[in-house]
Amino acid sequence: MYGNDFSPPEDGPGGGLLGEVEAAEAALREAAARARRGGPTPDEDLEAYFADVIDADQKIEPRDWMPEAYRKTLIRQIAQHAHSEIIGMQPEGNWISRAPSLKRKAILLAKVQDEAGHGLYLYAAAETLGVSRDELVELLLNGRQKYSSIFNYPTLTWADVGAIGWLVDGAAIVNQVPLCRCSYGPYARAMIRVCKEESFHQRQGYEILYTLSHGTPAQKAMAQDAIDRWWYPSLAMFGPPDAESPHSAQSMAWKIKRFSNDELRQRFVDMCVQQAEVLGLTLPDPDLRWNDERQSYDYTQPDYDELMQVIKGNGPCNRQRMEHRRRAHDEGAWVREAAAAYAAKRAEKKEKVAA
Amino acid sequence: MSGPSPLWEVFVRARRGLSHTHVGSLHAPDAELALRNARDLYTRRQEGVSIWVVPASAITASSPDEKDAFFDPAADKVYRHPTFYEVPDGVAHL
Repeated sequence: MYGNDFSPPEDGPGGGLLGEVEAAEAALREAAARARRGGPTPDEDLEAYFADVIDADQKIEPRDWMPEAYRKTLIRQIAQHAHSEIIGMQPEGNWISRAPSLKRKAILLAKVQDEAGHGLYLYAAAETLGVSRDELVELLLNGRQKYSSIFNYPTLTWADVGAIGWLVDGAAIVNQVPLCRCSYGPYARAMIRVCKEESFHQRQGYEILYTLSHGTPAQKAMAQDAIDRWWYPSLAMFGPPDAESPHSAQSMAWKIKRFSNDELRQRFVDMCVQQAEVLGLTLPDPDLRWNDERQSYDYTQPDYDELMQVIKGNGPCNRQRMEHRRRAHDEGAWVREAAAAYAAKRAEKKEKVAA
Repeated sequence: MSGPSPLWEVFVRARRGLSHTHVGSLHAPDAELALRNARDLYTRRQEGVSIWVVPASAITASSPDEKDAFFDPAADKVYRHPTFYEVPDGVAHL
């Protein structure tokens, strides 16, 4: 299964999105096992060599030649992905101390720890492109790089933690599963790791909502309210419609992206409808209905003006999220300095002993 | 301000009998913290029983540009593989 022949979820080996991740992992190993051509010959055009490797569905690795624009777009995309994982710890972290049971609290802690881990895998992948993590963090703190718009929405109730797991992590997986086949090796490998863990997040979120929707009427209402608030922001996570997505065409040609924003959004909607039915909750879209001709659901598009506003920094929590991150960074400076000083002192001692 | 903390490459051995496999990298001020962070980052789901951390600066890699020339000597020594040798019919345990 290569390139764009993306099968519907139930066709994956092992089934579902996880099955697709496994298939991508197998494809990665297969591509690695196929005889790989070496570097370009001295008289070969580098662009043509690069196009050859991409065409053959092989992976570009850190030391391979790549067009500067490919490197730049990957740095931008991977860094912003990493930032999203880090900022994304905040809305959920907001409920750690208030989780309704010890079990839920332990799960939420594990999940937020995973998000930190995802951030680190992704920063490490970005660093293989020749930037340092410190530079990227600096760009985030200066507001020159973005993170996912979704984390600028507040978590107002416990049910929001469930809605984030089901809808936000669900949308993230739909977006990331094709990235497991991305042409840049380190990114593809990071995505395989991330998707496997993300799948735990999505399921735990779904379980929270299922428990609430089968609990008291007040709990069910709380779950419905959370879905009502998170549905459209989750749809907006796939980015602007294809016609207005500036990087898409090039990214698809380079096989960084495998599907357009609108294709992935449609796929997400089609998955969610049945999952909402099992929850016994409704998606807040009066125009949502099956289209027999397209074999997909028709649905109302999210408000892209709102998306642009949030991306520009004017969402409900943008300022709070950035302020929190900057404060943690600034107030942690002395701890980082202490760790560096201690490491230097120990290294010095070791040298003396060795001498 | 302290400089950026160094980069470490992480190798994990999944089980006894298997070899250490490169799983990723991370930043840490010293080896001990690198080891602890690697434990938290790469073995949260019992992925391994042994971890190595190596400063990235200590690793020297072969260059993909010279790949063919560098590995060429392997190609003309087919006699290094056991399958190069013919075994007469009827020989057991060879």
